[in-house]
Amino acid sequence: MAKVRGAIDVDIEGCKGCSVCIPACPTDVILLANNVNGKGYHYAYMETPEACTGCTNCALVCPDGVITVYRIKV
Amino acid sequence: MSEITIKDIIKPENIVYEKTSLMTDKSLSYCPGCGHGTTHRLVMEVLEELGQENDTIGVAPVGCSVLAYEFMNIDMQEAAHGRAPAVATAIKRLWPDKIVFTYQGDGDLAAIGTAETIHACNRGEKIVIVFINNGIYGMTGGQMAPTTLPGMKTSTSPYGRDVNSMGNPLKITELIAQLPGTYYVSRQAVHTPSAVRKAKKAIKKAFQNQLDDKPGLSFVEVVSNCNSGWKMEPVASNVWMEENMFPYYELGDIKLEGNLL
Amino acid sequence: MMKQSKTNKMGELRLMKGNEAFAEAAIRAGVDGYFGYPITPQSEVIEYLMAEKPHERTGMVVLQAESEVASINMLYGGGGSGKKVMTSSSSPGISLMQEGLSYMAGGEVPCVVANVVRGGPGLGDIQPAQSDYFQSVKGGGHGDYRLPVLAPSSVQEMSDFVPIAYELAFRYRTPVLIISDGLIGQMMEKVELFDQMPRLTDEEINELYPWATNGKPKGKKRRVITSLDLDPYKLEKHNFKLQSKYKTIEAEEVRCEIIECEDADYIIIAYGSSARISQKAIQLAREEGLKVGLLRPITLWPFPKKPINELVEKGVKGILSVEMSAGQMVEDVKLAVRERTKVEHFGRYGGVIHSPEEVLEALKNQIIGD
Repeated sequence: MAKVRGAIDVDIEGCKGCSVCIPACPTDVILLANNVNGKGYHYAYMETPEACTGCTNCALVCPDGVITVYRIKV
Repeated sequence: MSEITIKDIIKPENIVYEKTSLMTDKSLSYCPGCGHGTTHRLVMEVLEELGQENDTIGVAPVGCSVLAYEFMNIDMQEAAHGRAPAVATAIKRLWPDKIVFTYQGDGDLAAIGTAETIHACNRGEKIVIVFINNGIYGMTGGQMAPTTLPGMKTSTSPYGRDVNSMGNPLKITELIAQLPGTYYVSRQAVHTPSAVRKAKKAIKKAFQNQLDDKPGLSFVEVVSNCNSGWKMEPVASNVWMEENMFPYYELGDIKLEGNLL
Repeated sequence: MMKQSKTNKMGELRLMKGNEAFAEAAIRAGVDGYFGYPITPQSEVIEYLMAEKPHERTGMVVLQAESEVASINMLYGGGGSGKKVMTSSSSPGISLMQEGLSYMAGGEVPCVVANVVRGGPGLGDIQPAQSDYFQSVKGGGHGDYRLPVLAPSSVQEMSDFVPIAYELAFRYRTPVLIISDGLIGQMMEKVELFDQMPRLTDEEINELYPWATNGKPKGKKRRVITSLDLDPYKLEKHNFKLQSKYKTIEAEEVRCEIIECEDADYIIIAYGSSARISQKAIQLAREEGLKVGLLRPITLWPFPKKPINELVEKGVKGILSVEMSAGQMVEDVKLAVRERTKVEHFGRYGGVIHSPEEVLEALKNQIIGD
């Protein structure tokens, strides 16, 4: 079975730091940044990018649709 | 094995999920964590996948999603509070080959619009109704809704909903499922990935029914959080919803192909 | 007051009730959908339409809605998508429609609404009245808006005004009201029906009305029908646009009829049934040697201020405003006259109809005077 590696790109300015993506991630990739975006929200980012499998769970639950998911086979 | 960097992965040819082009570029006006945003996206994804972007008219309600038409990149009409099913009825009857849907909240659909909801369902209008039930009036500041749970505190039930004076939460979805005019009735949620996948299937089924000219109305309720109105953090509000709303508003198909399940 | 045929050939002649002529005219005017609710004295409109099966004649949709509230919102949806839509009701039902009319004025949605006026206020009675003038002309719904209002005074006009109303509705993107009353709605007269006008095709609608929401055109921006704008500066700008539209309508769409006013010392101003009754009153007056004329507004809004002004400038000695109400149109007459001559109101109301003799009596007592 081919292994996969994934990555997400978060539209930082669109993210509202709601955190709903965090429990959705099966491999605990996402955390909220200490920094804030222009609206003052702590945005989501990949804290453990190596663990991302590109499963799209985070993007599915994101209310603001700010997550784009990428995946490659390795 | 060479080290794979994020830059290697994040390339256009590797996209497995991106937001549908049928959502406009406008930043959503909903509170962080609100199910409205997710549901909007699912409806637009479904319409894009069904290739209906040029043949759909949506009707927005009054409520938090009064601005739905700012975010949905299709022809839309803004209806008066509760009146969306009547507006949609006429559009569908006059343009029977188009896809017509309403998108409504609990005050819109089950309080002021109860008559319009029931009669559109009873006539079996061949439209889709997407019903967001968060048990509260978000837009106007968190007042009690017909679907507010017993004992739930809102700005007009500050000591908790008293069923002796305000009655029990109105299960409008079960009510309209009894009507022969409804063809497909389902209750879903959008707070976890698995819930989102099921909700999307239900919404797709609803719109496919209209494409297939099935006899009757397709009705999808989405039980959602309202973390602002419920005065909780988004993730905590989803947990509260699982523990309190779902036992009362059970998820799943209620009516399939015109038959109650 | 017979309308001339466009060709020399006479149109189909029938003896019909006002309500029925209105319904038949809707089919012939190429109306796409009628959505209504029964209420006396105008239920014949929907009954006629249901019996005629216009879907088989022209493809017209007829639907009995669950209420007047639903009806007017069906018009919002249908009109917003570019179709010719219509409803009819009577005073209490029209009250229920005010929300929808305000939304349509704000969203610039065309439609035609007929009000067959009955006695009020409240549930009132089912007899004719003209006490919805304020409701029709001064708003009725909330916000800064006006609606063109046509006032037929015969069964012929109940038919003829339908295509005129749609012309206005779509030229200006506005609801248009047709104010009838229980007398005209129920009485039977000879009417010459106009020939069937074709309903617009979907392509024609998209050509003519690029604002209509019937599916985003390929390669073009999607359309929105709304009356909401949370930015007050934008909403003010939108209101400027509406006001400018109303100024144009006031300048260009006044319609009225002027009968025997050239030598008149006194004028009666009346519309609808009151105009018919006043015509007889004028005849009686002239038989007594009194020189009385009639100005019949056909558009209640825009109000015929200029023709009234011309009569005042000519030097009429007094004006009696006759209306089956406690005195509504008289306020607009007074505004137009600006105290340059005597203006009084006469009318029976609550569903009571004044007689020509009563009108003449009132003219003598209140205007010609002591």
